[in-house]
Amino acid sequence: MDAGAADLPLVLFGREKNRRVVTAADAAARAGGLRVGMAAARATAAVARLEAEEHDPAADAEALVRLAVWILERFSPIVAVDGTDGIVLDSTGADHLHGGEAAMLQTLVRRLSTAGIAARAAVADSWGAAHALARHGADPVFVAPPRHGPAILDALPVEALRLPADTVEGLRDLGFLTVGELLAAPRAPLALRFGAGLTRRLDQAAGRRSEPIEPLRPQETLVAERNFGEPIGAAETIARYIGKLVVCLCAELEEGGLGVRRLDLICRRVDDRVEAVRVSTARPVRDVARLTRLLCDRIETIAPGFGIEKMTLVATLAEPLEPGQKLASLTEEILPDVASLVDVIANRVGEGRLYRLAPVESDVPERSVKRIPPLAPETGTNWRRDWPRPVRLLRRPEPIETLALLPDHPPASFTWRGVRRRVRAADGPERIFGEWWKRDAELAAVRDYFQVEAEDGERFWIFRAGDGEDLSTGSQHWFLHGLFA
Amino acid sequence: MSCRAAIESLRARIDTIQSGRRRTRSALAFGLAALDDRLPEGGLQRGVLHEIAGGGRGGGDGPAAALFAAGIAARTRGKVLWCLSRPDLFAPALAQVGLAPDRVIYVEARDEKTVLAAMEEGLAHGGPAVVVGEVARLSMTASRRLNLAAEKTGCLGVCLRRWSRPNDAGEFGRPTAAATRWRISALAAAPLPVPGVGRARWRVELVRSRGGGTFDLELEACDETGRLAVLSELSDRSAAPPAARPKRRASA
Repeated sequence: MDAGAADLPLVLFGREKNRRVVTAADAAARAGGLRVGMAAARATAAVARLEAEEHDPAADAEALVRLAVWILERFSPIVAVDGTDGIVLDSTGADHLHGGEAAMLQTLVRRLSTAGIAARAAVADSWGAAHALARHGADPVFVAPPRHGPAILDALPVEALRLPADTVEGLRDLGFLTVGELLAAPRAPLALRFGAGLTRRLDQAAGRRSEPIEPLRPQETLVAERNFGEPIGAAETIARYIGKLVVCLCAELEEGGLGVRRLDLICRRVDDRVEAVRVSTARPVRDVARLTRLLCDRIETIAPGFGIEKMTLVATLAEPLEPGQKLASLTEEILPDVASLVDVIANRVGEGRLYRLAPVESDVPERSVKRIPPLAPETGTNWRRDWPRPVRLLRRPEPIETLALLPDHPPASFTWRGVRRRVRAADGPERIFGEWWKRDAELAAVRDYFQVEAEDGERFWIFRAGDGEDLSTGSQHWFLHGLFA
Repeated sequence: MSCRAAIESLRARIDTIQSGRRRTRSALAFGLAALDDRLPEGGLQRGVLHEIAGGGRGGGDGPAAALFAAGIAARTRGKVLWCLSRPDLFAPALAQVGLAPDRVIYVEARDEKTVLAAMEEGLAHGGPAVVVGEVARLSMTASRRLNLAAEKTGCLGVCLRRWSRPNDAGEFGRPTAAATRWRISALAAAPLPVPGVGRARWRVELVRSRGGGTFDLELEACDETGRLAVLSELSDRSAAPPAARPKRRASA
């Protein structure tokens, strides 16, 4: 992890056995030739102006836990700290909220980078493989195909296997450089020489041995859990116990005056695997029926295997639930609340896919619309109504061939997608200037929009890039941008 | 009891059996006698599914059909759930027929199956006044599910049929359980005395109607409150003579 770009090269000094060494170096310091593990005296001698801080492992660990909690609240129900420099999360049961694994990973890395953390991330079938790919893979963001098998780790160095330093050194002495060589070697001599720890790590990375992630849980989190003497597996049974757990949790939430925003159901199976389901709500909720419904919607994603022996319901993100006045006046008509509907659909299609559109002060049509959360307070704003706008706006304006008089006549006919249309009537031009404060390329750009009606009554929104005279304002080509009704 | 009265009473009984849990049989009037008088319920019936498609050469994209649906939604109160899988709808145009941006919640689904699932969820919830979904294919089973969901809550369901390949247009011919089926196509507007484009005109065809007849009309497109209008040439004519009313007598 790198701190944000600073003017001076930054390194951290720490103690390793009896030496003072560099324990971390930022990009500028690495460019100056400093390496982790280098003696402190040599580092200060090599780079003249160096900003050095004392390494504080305890504070680092604390910050990592804080980061893990942040990820827990936003991304996945099962999150844990992985070693001293990483975080591991189980994407199963939560990736649907972010539009799939790849999208979830992209969002995670992007949000970390806006917080000033340069992170590497990987998704794989096992904790071991993901750990190795994130740290030693070629791509900073990598999604391994499902059921990839151990072959994906072949080219990675043996350090990727989470082994103690002396084992790694011993393997190197024997000539093992990559995981692939190690996987191909006979196991018995390796186990004899390095102990069972090596084969355990190999099996974990290859996904042959399960390795449940013990989820991190901040102390104040409200939890309801239930152990089963006889493992359960039928969907109806799971639904029944979800109902019971939700009642318990809601009672606890009521004591604190809270409502949940993220609710996780964690099922521990008899074969020591963990299945998780996360539901999120747009506003804090403490309604037993609504929460039960949201969780029961997702029962089909729980694979019970040989049975579930423990179910835990966690209110990962709870917020104060303030009683609000629904009715402003007695004469006002009560409109039904759609918050519960929004939650149900958002948990099915993903949060980002449910939105409202709000006006933006911009003349450029593509920029005049922005997405806001579906339950955001009413903006009360509207678009300007003085110019007609098409019902369907093409994602990208499509070039058309036209016959038109310059500089400011609409075309007499045009050809779009291979069909020629004669223009019967036209309105325009509506001149739209580029927004030079957004992009330099738009400094002189102009679009002249026309609404044209073809002979059979179809209406189109077409524009000419440029003002018809000056080539610096645009290419003077014609484009079709939308369809009117 | 006369034969006619017996049939009437039987019809009423069948109606009560069929409606089952249906709460209301109210309808949303177009506010246009030419349309409302020809619909069995005096407007678009709530608690059922209605199908709208575009016609003519640009039928697949159906901009007129989309605006027709937006006009219907604009004349209701409450939220509108608009489910789509191709996000090319341009919200400012909806605002121009009176559908305020604050009222519309969009669901951008990955595929049509999810569009239908979201529609069903919305209709069964009953919170939104209108649920609109854009799909190319609508099977008998899917439309019946939507109808049943709408029946329970009295919510108005609108299915906008659109297609990208001309071959898919045949899909629209297949039977569904929708109560009405509309086809909206663009017509050439009346020529203006000055250069410019006049108010759009549509051919509004009711292709199918459960318990009612079909018709087609030429109308002026939705105005800024979502209302259609009779063609201006016709509405400018002198008013029809009022129908003769039976005389009423008062006695004291």
